[in-house]
Amino acid sequence: MTKQEILDLYFLDARHKLVEIAAFLDRVERAKGSADFRLEAFRIALGELTGTEVGLANKVLVVFSDPTSEPIPVATTKSACGAWHGVTNPLP
Amino acid sequence: MVSPTLSHNPYMRFIEPHAHMVSRVTDDYRDMAAAGCAAICEPAFWAGFDRSSAQGFHDYFAQITEYEPRRAAKFGLAHFCWLCINPKESENVELAQEVLAIIPQFLDRPTVLGLGEIGLNKNSRNELKVLEMHIDLAAKHNLLILAHTPHLEDKRKGTQLTIDALKNNPGINPTRVIIDHVEEHTVGMVLDAGFWAGMTLYPGTKCTSSRAVDMIEKYGSERLWMNSACDWGDSVPLAIPYTALEMRKRGHSAAQIDRMIYQNPKDFLSQCPKFNLPQP
Repeated sequence: MTKQEILDLYFLDARHKLVEIAAFLDRVERAKGSADFRLEAFRIALGELTGTEVGLANKVLVVFSDPTSEPIPVATTKSACGAWHGVTNPLP
Repeated sequence: MVSPTLSHNPYMRFIEPHAHMVSRVTDDYRDMAAAGCAAICEPAFWAGFDRSSAQGFHDYFAQITEYEPRRAAKFGLAHFCWLCINPKESENVELAQEVLAIIPQFLDRPTVLGLGEIGLNKNSRNELKVLEMHIDLAAKHNLLILAHTPHLEDKRKGTQLTIDALKNNPGINPTRVIIDHVEEHTVGMVLDAGFWAGMTLYPGTKCTSSRAVDMIEKYGSERLWMNSACDWGDSVPLAIPYTALEMRKRGHSAAQIDRMIYQNPKDFLSQCPKFNLPQP
């Protein structure tokens, strides 16, 4: 498909999602209290979107991912929260 | 006016290789059959709560090997299943050992394809130990494997740990293993290691239809399938035909779509001689 065809097919949907992200960030800033590592990861991921090279989805997913390689000692929960808790202090 | 890329495909057929029908209503069977579904494969999964004993798994395995095939057959659908203790219950190694001990008595049942969805959830030591026990059992009985990969931030690490565990067992042939729930950051590592890769089409987490088609266009259709993994959560039993529509919008031919949603799962699953589809 051409770039024009991709834009015809997906621009409005992508625009909608971008406005949703902007509104989400506004909502967080208006709220009381302090944020946690998830917002930090989110802002780092947003920073990955400024490039024009292919592979942005991969880059965003990697930002949110646990970069360690060893199994954890024990699973204390069953659920995932969407961002690695160590993102504000990433491994070298 | 119809888009010139949106060609009509009057004969769409598909296989749903990963659906948890025990948590779906009968209308879902009807809708899937009406949309062209030929067969449904149901991996064993977490019930939303931890079962209190191995007997609970025994009853669950009876349900997916006896009752669900009958429920599906009312709509002309073949129903197959995979057995295991799900990674969300694998922290309890003692329970896992008890469940693994009862699995062999179900392996000869006519609709059991192999072990699944085995794997990791939080990437813990006990989960990995139980995964390795499942892999040993699969190797011992020459079974197909359907491997779950963890959610969200745990997926990338868990996918690599799963690949390593599978590669460490000399009895495992990668072409007889599908590693499921891949996304853009894991699909390459799975395919490069020689395994099949599954894309799960979820409305919120995992993979959308448009992103699945992106991955097909980037990686090609070899050793790749997609599934809805519909269960009791936010999921869509018709996600595969919806993604077929997305492929049509993007100009994929009827033959390319058939390859992705019917031929590929058929090719993989037919490695188990019990996977026989009803005659059309």
